[in-house]
Amino acid sequence: ITTNMECAVDAQSLISISLMKIHNSRTQRGGIKLHKNLLVSYVLRNARQVYIKEKYAEIYRMQQYEEVRTVCNEIQELNPLDLDSEDADDEDQARAACCGDETSLCHRGAAQPAVHVRAPSTLLGCCPFEDSSKESEPCEYRSCCMEASPVSHFDPFSADNIRHCNKTTVLDLDTHVVTTVENGYLHQDCCCDALQGGQGAQSPAKKRKGEFGGCVSEAEDVSDFTAARKRAKREDCSYSNPDYTETSNISNLISIFGSGFSGLLSRQADLEQICSKQALAGLGAWTRAIVAF
Amino acid sequence: INGPGGDMQWCFSQVKGAIDDDVAEADIISTVEFNHTGELLATGDKGGRVVIFQQEIENKSQPQFRSEYNVYSTFQSHEPEFDYLKSLEIEEKINKIRWLPQKNAAQFLLSTNDKTIKLWKISERDKRPEGYNLKEEDGRYKDPNTITSLRVPVLIPMDLMVEASPRRVFANAHTYHINSISVNSDNETYLSADDLRINLWHLEITDRSFNIVDIKPANMEELTEVITAAEFHPHQCNTFVYSSSKGTIRLCDMRASALCDKHSKLFEEPEDPSNRSFFSEIISSISDVKFSHNGRYMMTRDYLSVKIWDLNMENRPVETYQVHEYLRSKLCSLYENDCIFDKFECCWNGNDSVVMTGSYNNFFRMFDRGHRRDVTLEASRENSKPMQVLKPRKVCAGGKRKKDEISVDSLDFNKKILHTAWHPQDNIIAVATTNNLYIFQDKVN
Repeated sequence: ITTNMECAVDAQSLISISLMKIHNSRTQRGGIKLHKNLLVSYVLRNARQVYIKEKYAEIYRMQQYEEVRTVCNEIQELNPLDLDSEDADDEDQARAACCGDETSLCHRGAAQPAVHVRAPSTLLGCCPFEDSSKESEPCEYRSCCMEASPVSHFDPFSADNIRHCNKTTVLDLDTHVVTTVENGYLHQDCCCDALQGGQGAQSPAKKRKGEFGGCVSEAEDVSDFTAARKRAKREDCSYSNPDYTETSNISNLISIFGSGFSGLLSRQADLEQICSKQALAGLGAWTRAIVAF
Repeated sequence: INGPGGDMQWCFSQVKGAIDDDVAEADIISTVEFNHTGELLATGDKGGRVVIFQQEIENKSQPQFRSEYNVYSTFQSHEPEFDYLKSLEIEEKINKIRWLPQKNAAQFLLSTNDKTIKLWKISERDKRPEGYNLKEEDGRYKDPNTITSLRVPVLIPMDLMVEASPRRVFANAHTYHINSISVNSDNETYLSADDLRINLWHLEITDRSFNIVDIKPANMEELTEVITAAEFHPHQCNTFVYSSSKGTIRLCDMRASALCDKHSKLFEEPEDPSNRSFFSEIISSISDVKFSHNGRYMMTRDYLSVKIWDLNMENRPVETYQVHEYLRSKLCSLYENDCIFDKFECCWNGNDSVVMTGSYNNFFRMFDRGHRRDVTLEASRENSKPMQVLKPRKVCAGGKRKKDEISVDSLDFNKKILHTAWHPQDNIIAVATTNNLYIFQDKVN
């Protein structure tokens, strides 16, 4: 959000406003205006990216608090004089990991709960519209499955990186369940339990489907979600990045809300599906707004 | 344009349309277009009607009255329709009118709504036949037994009658909403563009058209941009341009291939990352594209600016004019009230030295390219005394508001000027507010 905005632009309210517009366009005289709906979907995408980042930052902060408390408890159990230097080393390494390589972050993420010690101020700087250095970008949670990727250093400008980004971790905002998507296929994440604090991944796929109004395949839902995060990352790095692929934009965005872009033209059927009871059941605040339409 | 020492000033000439503030939706003006000589001025409205005004010839010699236009013809061009297959209503709103160059006594124009283009012939009748042998004057047939002599019917003068008749109907060629039509310089063909496709027609042939641009993706879910405007080059009959919702313009050469999906030139200016916002994509969408009369430049209008492009330089425009930059901090509100989707048009003057476009609060802007001057004027009933000189307006973006300035928060966003037209040879302009048409001319000293 640029400082030029006169009103406090709330990503969540923008999302609801945009959905309202899309909904209203279905009953407008003259048929659905393709151009206008396309532009609204861009705003939706932008708002969702900001919202997701904010959510991640929040979760990250909460986790950091948890881990700091754990570390403090552990320290209190031991002799504080013996462990000062070791702790300092650990913290330095942790900081280096966070500030540097993404994949090393995820290595540690699996093993050491203390890795995410960092200053909250850097998290608050998180915003899709800043051009700041993205090496300190904390909002990406990488599954340790990323180890398998030959990419050892995350280079946002590298086309290679984009090709190999076929495994991404998905964090469910409402259940805090972490799952991994590979090439659009969903499978459980085995090694990131530490991130979610031991919550069982109870059929997250089904839950995701329910959340987002089930008339699209779950793989599509999730890959859309991850694609959005990948896109957020790429966008942050450079807006002139020619590798920035946009083809998944509208489709993924619309599918997450339960209707394909052609669904905008076919109107009624998907609306009924979206309003199913199942969809309304396990909702988070913002997804509730989406499903209502 | 306005300033000390003999620079051009604009005077009110006429205003057409209802006075009362309660605007009937059908009366909302949706397009304005001068014909090639400037003698005729056509408007289309949301109710599907076309009104043509004609310049008063007697006044042409008197410079201060040369911009008097009177109603010449009114007709219903399009009616609301219903597409039963898709359960969709098709609006009768006239999206665009384009005149054909005059070839004989009659005038021809193309008018289009979302789906159908029609060719209208506007002709004058000032004589009628009299003295039929078999018919009475009122048209009843005579009893042949009462006819004792024969005579030749004669044509006698009558009050001028202007008739509009639909000569061609070009239908069923567009799945999406038509946004542009453009007559080719060859005077035989024209193009029509919708969100995803551009078709080429022959003016004489209504049962088929050629698709020359198709940007529809195989999977509609992959859609990222739409066509927003298209126009033929004024002199090169093989060249046309189309603009997109992403802020790009593509120039195509029809000699290159039958399907012009591959552009010959791509005009695009990289986005300024410091201006990035939630609404970047919306405000970069081009709402209008117009070639200059000399064919060397083209002008594009996006939400906040007007850009002039040299056809020989693709990587950036040669000139950029800010129309209402003070709105950049208001984009959120403008998104909420849908104003951010308003499609402003733009136009050149006859010698391509000045460009004009509309804004809010019934303001319109002119940019003098040569003298690097710009002016903001207002079309309002308050300034509508005959020959009243228009006073330049100023919007106060922030800080202390000077006398006569208007603050951004006082602007009326319901009063928008989307359509303007400039006489091809003279300094006479037509400016459409919501339901009124204002005609201004330059001040004669």
